[in-house]
Amino acid sequence: MRLSNALLATALMVAAAGCGSTGSTGSAEGGDIKVGILHSLSGTMAISEVTVRDAELLAIEEINAAGGVLGKKLVPVVEDGASDWPTFAEKATKLIRQDKVATVFGGWTSASRKAMLPVFERNKALLWYPVQYEGLEASPYIFYTGATTNQQIIPGLDYLKEQGKKKIFLVGSDYVFPRTANKIIKAYATANGMEVLGEEYTPLGHTEYSTLVNKVAQAKPDAVFNTLNGDSNVAFFKQFKSAGLTAEAMPVLSVSVAEEEVTGIGVDNIAGHPVAWNYYQTTATPANDKFVAAFKAKYGAQKVTSDPMEAGYNAVYLWAEAVKKAGTTEVEAVKKAAGGIALERPEGLVTIDGENQHMYKTARIGIIQTDGLIKEVWNSGQPIKPDPYLKGYPWASGLTAG
Amino acid sequence: MNKTDVMNKADVMKKADVMKKAIYPILVGLLVVAAPFLMDAFRLNLLAKYLCFAIVALGIGLAWGQGGMLTLGQGVFFGLGGYSMAMYLKLQEGGLPDFMVWSGVEKLPALWTPFANPVFALATAILGPMLLATLLGLLVFRQRVRGAYFAILTQALAAALVILLVGQQGLTGGTNGMTNFYDLFAWDLAEDSTQRGLYFVVAVVLALLYLGARQLVRSRYGRLLVAVRDGEDRVRFLGYDPATVKTVTFAISAGMAGLAGALFVPVVGIISPALLGVVPSLELVVAVAVGGRYALAGAVLGAVVMGYAKTAFSEQFADGWLYLQGALFILVMTLAPKGIMGVIKRARTA
Amino acid sequence: MEAFVNQLPIGLSIGAVLLLIALGLTFTFGQMGVINMAHGEFIMAGAYTAFLLPGLFVPSLVVAFFVAGAMGLVLERLAIRHFYGRPLDTLLLTWGVSLVLQQLARDLFGAPNVQVKAPDWLAGGIGILPYNRLFIMGLAIASVVGVWLYLVRTKHGRRMRAVMQNRRLAATSGIDTGRVDMLTFFIGSGLAGIAGVALTLVGPVGPSLGTYYIVDAFLVVVAGGLGQLRGAVLAAAGLGLLNSYAEFWSDASLAKVIVFAAVIAFLQFRPQGLFTVRSRALS
Repeated sequence: MRLSNALLATALMVAAAGCGSTGSTGSAEGGDIKVGILHSLSGTMAISEVTVRDAELLAIEEINAAGGVLGKKLVPVVEDGASDWPTFAEKATKLIRQDKVATVFGGWTSASRKAMLPVFERNKALLWYPVQYEGLEASPYIFYTGATTNQQIIPGLDYLKEQGKKKIFLVGSDYVFPRTANKIIKAYATANGMEVLGEEYTPLGHTEYSTLVNKVAQAKPDAVFNTLNGDSNVAFFKQFKSAGLTAEAMPVLSVSVAEEEVTGIGVDNIAGHPVAWNYYQTTATPANDKFVAAFKAKYGAQKVTSDPMEAGYNAVYLWAEAVKKAGTTEVEAVKKAAGGIALERPEGLVTIDGENQHMYKTARIGIIQTDGLIKEVWNSGQPIKPDPYLKGYPWASGLTAG
Repeated sequence: MNKTDVMNKADVMKKADVMKKAIYPILVGLLVVAAPFLMDAFRLNLLAKYLCFAIVALGIGLAWGQGGMLTLGQGVFFGLGGYSMAMYLKLQEGGLPDFMVWSGVEKLPALWTPFANPVFALATAILGPMLLATLLGLLVFRQRVRGAYFAILTQALAAALVILLVGQQGLTGGTNGMTNFYDLFAWDLAEDSTQRGLYFVVAVVLALLYLGARQLVRSRYGRLLVAVRDGEDRVRFLGYDPATVKTVTFAISAGMAGLAGALFVPVVGIISPALLGVVPSLELVVAVAVGGRYALAGAVLGAVVMGYAKTAFSEQFADGWLYLQGALFILVMTLAPKGIMGVIKRARTA
Repeated sequence: MEAFVNQLPIGLSIGAVLLLIALGLTFTFGQMGVINMAHGEFIMAGAYTAFLLPGLFVPSLVVAFFVAGAMGLVLERLAIRHFYGRPLDTLLLTWGVSLVLQQLARDLFGAPNVQVKAPDWLAGGIGILPYNRLFIMGLAIASVVGVWLYLVRTKHGRRMRAVMQNRRLAATSGIDTGRVDMLTFFIGSGLAGIAGVALTLVGPVGPSLGTYYIVDAFLVVVAGGLGQLRGAVLAAAGLGLLNSYAEFWSDASLAKVIVFAAVIAFLQFRPQGLFTVRSRALS
């Protein structure tokens, strides 16, 4: 009897699941274009990704206010990746196959991108990925609007070299971005007469850094290159500072700490340390004044803007521009039209490299100020051509060979 | 004459009973067969995923519901199965797996070589977890580690394995895990027809395992298992060895989880350490509790219901899923500790 | 060599953090058999209390004790008291509670971490140990002494021990075990609140805070033995030192694995932890 009831209930579930699928189909009806937004709204990554979603929604709103794309309004379909890579793949499939969106803006971690990549490639759909990452990838169905390694890591190293920092210590979270970044750093160091004194990884979400700080303090490097991710940065900087280490004597160059994270870390703990990005809230361009004002007007005056948010915001505009140029939302046509598109964005001129679908971006090094904002102290002068496989750097030739 | 009359009546009653009992399995069978026609490929794929989890849940139902061993580490066994299968699939492509290329590994590690053989991979997926569970069980149950201690121990085991997998990026793909698979035995995994076939495979495996587990529970051994759950020391005094009974059950449930992992990978197309951790294991335990832990069918039902609910709720209210999930556990645990099956049973007997 | 010597105080200070997060659990788990997965979220509540009282670090320790304690009390009254004798069910119940509390924190305070300023008098340090670490060690010692005095010197404390050692006998002797349970849960949860305030000195303050500490806290309790003050102290110090030296010689990931493995192995020799309440009862 118990069995039979369970079976009946299961049957009902199956039927219900079946009904659910017959729902929303078809797209672009009634003059609308559906676009997918897929970020973690829950779980550990929500800290970072929620504001990227906000920036993307702002861009959609602005584009609609200006008359939409091809005379049609953009309608965002928002899904939660829940900080879980298989969920990203599942929701991407849902957006493509059920909602039939024209494109998807989404992802943050490398793992979420790697999980979504096969979904987009097999379905021949388009993903715009807004975060700096470890390179060594150029999927024909992904546009990368954040920096690749030669637009962030290498300029960061150039800056340290200029500052006369010869001995560096590498600290990172244990996942693919820090490990790849550190391989590049070590190759760079060998070629440029720098010395890597140590390389340490901690699990994601790690909060106990006293031993690691002790190791750093004993090694006495000129600078620390920090690829820690998320909450670990808070613990690391708090414990780094309370061990008596200062930004003057031992600067920590971070590549995953932006304006948003500074509050959580505590301005006292991180002020004076350098970061490497392509955009800061203080970047002086007309487009940025407009972006910062619009963002604060929509989400609150105390909100800050950061590099990944700006890259997400840009992604929507760049896609819209490509659609206008192609005259259709059809994926292959949009891809073809996208190459060479150049827009004045908050970070300055951004040009799509049609070959690898990355962006030309200007590298900027900034110092964290006591008001929590970041002041630019160095930039690359002009947008750097994206080079995800570092083919233009002879010293990096050994990195990617199978 | 009188006698035959009675016999006939008994016969008729028996027949009616059999028919009544058979009607539900037939109905479910029909629905399982009809599912591919009722839903599109994407939803069918999701259903196949829930059924994979249902296999793990069946094992949890056996170990926890019948045997009283609350295991929070089924993800470990699921992961071993999943990774074995993923290694096989990766080697199918020929050449070095993609993640090794970007991790700077130049030569296929020796550990990987035998996984090019599908029989070896599948055997490892099932026997590996069983072996590990047996070893763990022999160590732990002999020392009479049980109840909450056992739960926390399995939890620590899951956490440790996740950290190990993440740390060996060149060998395991690190946090990313493995994804981007192409073919299974020369069938293109991206094809809808392949996925439909996989769905049937998963459904049949689940059905067979369910029938097997039910036989086991109804056997003498099953009664002994329940006795161990309800009074381990008394069973010991009767001359049985509870440690052996528990170890065997634990190994069976581990084997189920391993097989489920091996099926999960081609269905969903990814395996990552996140699936092995404490949270997914706990979610499945809760699914079993929601379905009804004392009935094996409840475990299966719970996994499908919770899987479906998670998808449906997170599509409707992306932000509020945790509230709903949390509230559901609290309500079920306080109001209906025997889960949906308990509620149904009470409704029928009332 | 210097670095090696430094690891000793570092290990003890890691142990102090472990002790603080686990102290409350030894009682709720030890006395009542409740596996409180929401303990981590009570720690989080303490940390947010410190956030809400900027510049009042020491008073916030007291306030956090009562805030987290009150949350524990509500949980005990509304749900857990219906679960006595079903310890494994409390695990699932409290896990549901922890999910709800995490999302609540996210909605109330936002997903990003918030800033809790450490008081100025905690800046600086002696040798490798910063003052804030010394403060945490002092706080851990003070908490242990406080709990010990409470258990040994007060009427309520003696009742608590009585219930812990033999619930039925205590009930027969006229002790209102329900009231004692309430009080135990209040104190156990309150200690989590204190731990939360202390953790703002060294770690992030955000909705996921609890999840970073809960597994470690349970390991300490299991290794130390249920409801055992000295067990918890020794286990925390031992695991802290093991962690510190294992990480020194290898790396943070491997150190965590070593600690987990050590606890699993240790339970082979002492399945009930370091210290146990001796009893002739079977189960």
